[in-house]
Amino acid sequence: MGRHDEGPADRVPDTDAADTRGADTGAGYTGAADSGVADTDPGDDGELAALALKILVAGGFGVGKTTLVGAVSEIRPLRTEEALSEAGELVDDTGGVDQKTTTTVAMDFGRITIRSGLSLYLFGTPGQDRFWFLWDELSQGALGAVVLADTRRLEDCFPAVDYFEHRRIPFVVAVNCFSDARRYGAHDVSRALDLNQGTPVLLCDARDKDSGKEVLIRLVEYAGRVHTARLLDSVEPRADSV
Amino acid sequence: MDGQWYDADAGPLVRPYAMTGGRTKPGPHGVRFDLIALVVVDPEGTDSDTEALLGPEHRALLRLCRSETQSVAELAADADLPVGVVRVLLGDLLEGGHVKVSRPVPPAQLPDERILREVIEGLRAL
Repeated sequence: MGRHDEGPADRVPDTDAADTRGADTGAGYTGAADSGVADTDPGDDGELAALALKILVAGGFGVGKTTLVGAVSEIRPLRTEEALSEAGELVDDTGGVDQKTTTTVAMDFGRITIRSGLSLYLFGTPGQDRFWFLWDELSQGALGAVVLADTRRLEDCFPAVDYFEHRRIPFVVAVNCFSDARRYGAHDVSRALDLNQGTPVLLCDARDKDSGKEVLIRLVEYAGRVHTARLLDSVEPRADSV
Repeated sequence: MDGQWYDADAGPLVRPYAMTGGRTKPGPHGVRFDLIALVVVDPEGTDSDTEALLGPEHRALLRLCRSETQSVAELAADADLPVGVVRVLLGDLLEGGHVKVSRPVPPAQLPDERILREVIEGLRAL
């Protein structure tokens, strides 16, 4: 029974160690992150050392989240359903909105294998913003998020923008250019959404694979910059106090 | 299926948490199966005798894991079960030594630059 006892026990200290490392790595960031991954399962086979990264795709209902996930994913978009507690049913008003039942909420997701042992998972967040509890779980450990916007209903993406800004999760806004929508420049959208300076806004076609790829590339680049900047911020005060 | 009153549209005929004996949390405490945690079959942990004692859903999950390493989310989708249910079932499998579960990328530490660069290059090459 030794082995199974080890499993859960291993995970707890691992998580703690990882959190500490993340908080105080500072200058040793790259090295620490590197060894953190290796430390996870010392002596285990390569498969367990595999990395999975998570990117969220958020935005209003019908803005093209599933389409975007499907355009770049190597697997057809899978849907996974999370059972809702009965608390959700009380406020569930699906009348005329869609055909989903009151007890489940679907999440779309897709996968991109970068190489053996490194994959990117995309999760389409539930469109209805009352499923905050799912957002919390989804956003945990996420590399970043894509907020899809439709200029005809820009307000639909406000909750997503608010959510990621508050939680300091790096995100880009991708305006899905529907053919019958008036074209706005990225700058106009950025102003209309009152985005923090530096938050990238780009125009895309969610149906197009190359366009979707570009959105993801911009997000990964941006997420890298944001995290680097945060590390520098956290290092500076310490340097001053010495 | 002719003459049957139920079909896919009727929804599941077994309430999801009946498969877990009413449990809503995975057995081994401290275990949280992240949606992108990867599950692999423990080659030393399974023999047909102990496997025969498992329920059909447990065995279905093992079968899926055997075909390839899968994330919790994929398992839920492929097994057509709610994620919450899959987590409980995976907890049983972990406890029984049937599977191993990887921790996903640690949230607090973003993967290093090298990995991000690899991701970007990988995306470009798609």
